Amino acid sequence: MKKKLLSTILTCTIIAASLCACGSEDKSSNGKLYVYNWGEYIDEDVITQFEEETGIDVIYDMFETNEIMFAKLAQDTSAYDVVCPSDYMVQKLIENDMLQELDKSHIPNSKNIGEQYYIQASDFDPGNKYSVPYCWGTVGILYNKTMINEPVDSWDILWDEKYKDQILMQDSVRDSMMVALLKNGYSLNSTNPDEIEIATQDLIKQKPLVQAYVVDQVRDKMIGGEAALGVIYSGEAIYTARENPDLEYIVPKEGTNVWIDSWAITKGSKNVENAEKWIDFMCRGDIALKNFEYITYSTPNDVAKENIEDEDIKNSKVAFPDLSTMNTEAYKYLGTETDRLYNNAWMEVKSADY
Amino acid sequence: MKLFKSNKSAGLMASPYIAWALIFIVIPLCMVIYYGITSADGNLTIENIATIFKPGFFKALKRSVFLALISTFVCFILSYPLGMILSSMKLKKNAYIVTLFILPMWMNFLLRTLTWMTLLEKKGVINTIFEFMHLPTISIINTQGAIVLGMVYNFLPFMILPIYNSLNRIDENVINAARDLGADSLQTFWRITLPLSMPGILSGITMVFIPALTTFAISSMLGGSKILLIGNVIEQEFTQLYDWHLGSGLSIVLMIFIFINMIIENLADKGGVNK
Repeated sequence: MKKKLLSTILTCTIIAASLCACGSEDKSSNGKLYVYNWGEYIDEDVITQFEEETGIDVIYDMFETNEIMFAKLAQDTSAYDVVCPSDYMVQKLIENDMLQELDKSHIPNSKNIGEQYYIQASDFDPGNKYSVPYCWGTVGILYNKTMINEPVDSWDILWDEKYKDQILMQDSVRDSMMVALLKNGYSLNSTNPDEIEIATQDLIKQKPLVQAYVVDQVRDKMIGGEAALGVIYSGEAIYTARENPDLEYIVPKEGTNVWIDSWAITKGSKNVENAEKWIDFMCRGDIALKNFEYITYSTPNDVAKENIEDEDIKNSKVAFPDLSTMNTEAYKYLGTETDRLYNNAWMEVKSADY
Repeated sequence: MKLFKSNKSAGLMASPYIAWALIFIVIPLCMVIYYGITSADGNLTIENIATIFKPGFFKALKRSVFLALISTFVCFILSYPLGMILSSMKLKKNAYIVTLFILPMWMNFLLRTLTWMTLLEKKGVINTIFEFMHLPTISIINTQGAIVLGMVYNFLPFMILPIYNSLNRIDENVINAARDLGADSLQTFWRITLPLSMPGILSGITMVFIPALTTFAISSMLGGSKILLIGNVIEQEFTQLYDWHLGSGLSIVLMIFIFINMIIENLADKGGVNK
């Protein structure tokens, strides 16, 4: 509460000081929409098209990890109208009362999303009340065939001394911990402090072999041949293989995380109607297809998938894997206590000497 | 003070600056201190500040101080001779040379650091050239050396300018007098030039040491996020972990370091003047 009071005082002072300076008002007729999405996660033309068709002025901001997005919303949920968090973060936002229920009658295109994805999403959003899936995929290893002469099928290869300084890890808590937890045969949602400790020690042991901890840069570094192995989201696999044919994506046999990023409307949203229009627009078959072709992250939109022209991609096991043959699990929000445990573990890994 | 008829109008003229300082310096500073000494439930605590003594955090602080000291030292070693060369040129041209050193600062700091990344990478520009010339390649990226390089490159102008200015201000006659009285050039340097340029050296050190101590962008870009500095820890607390209290507490620790630095500078400055 005090946090709020202080920031209110600060905001008021700033507004009071700048009020005289900016007397201009916005010209758009149908109001504004504040969208908060992942970096490089949309075809920018789609935003323009949305603005042209609806007359809504879109203010589009990007984040790099779920945690950064949460920190921003925790300050003020009205800062954005529409956000695109991943599964466990949707759950955390719901549990913290930071999202509002969607009125599906205002989002008719949401029926384009395949039933199976709604079923999967109900793990973190029971009854699919708060979110509509936007993209989904797995996390796996991207490797350079010219640098590795053995079959890659296990997370263990990321601990192989041979590849010292050739490995890129994800610079985010859950994705890196997942790799270490699965390697040891634990659940990626483990809440057992002993298991988390073992995973932490493994990551510390791995640190001398790691070239860098990065997020979006995995893609460019792998394309440039900077590293031999990288932990990456499946959505990047099509793009990276297109840019550098030596790169191949696999899902290790120990299993992986199946993630779904979904659109949701914030509790404090001041433009709910526009936000619904945005989500509806994103669910439209042609728009989802346009986005898929641009960002190459698997779309849960059945209409869009039907219309993919390239047969290879349409039937690609990377873009649309058969989940029943894999050992997969979705991230769950693990509560404040375990959250802290994970964060401390990650801090320990990052600050470790090597 | 002749500019203003009375103190009243002087105060009026200063009011925008006072408002600026209040909104963007004093209030945020108060907020940092408030968060730093309270816990999430609003009780007073020193736990946030004391966290710095936990192993991981303390290690990051030690590493930051160490790298900042090295960078400051390297900057000084590079800047002082250059300052002397520039000020001895006694040409109008040296203004252009000084501009040359400031020129890179017209480009965004992050962009410049990112460029270093592309230059130093294993398959980066420098290594490609080396390979072409059949020279051994370097692998400096993602090491402490790369971070120091980034700091030195980015903060060098902050050291050059004050040193150059203070050297330039030394009266030629003082040096000539020393020579007349029989001092050789080494003696002149130790007894005259160096003491007289002390204010420039000290402000140069402060202006390099403080940004080097607090940086988080250079270490995450050139260190591959493998080498955690205290700036990275604080950034992480605010953006990733959403713990403003701990982040503020650690910021207070950093502020203490900055204050110590400024106190030393002030003391040394006064000592120099009294002589």
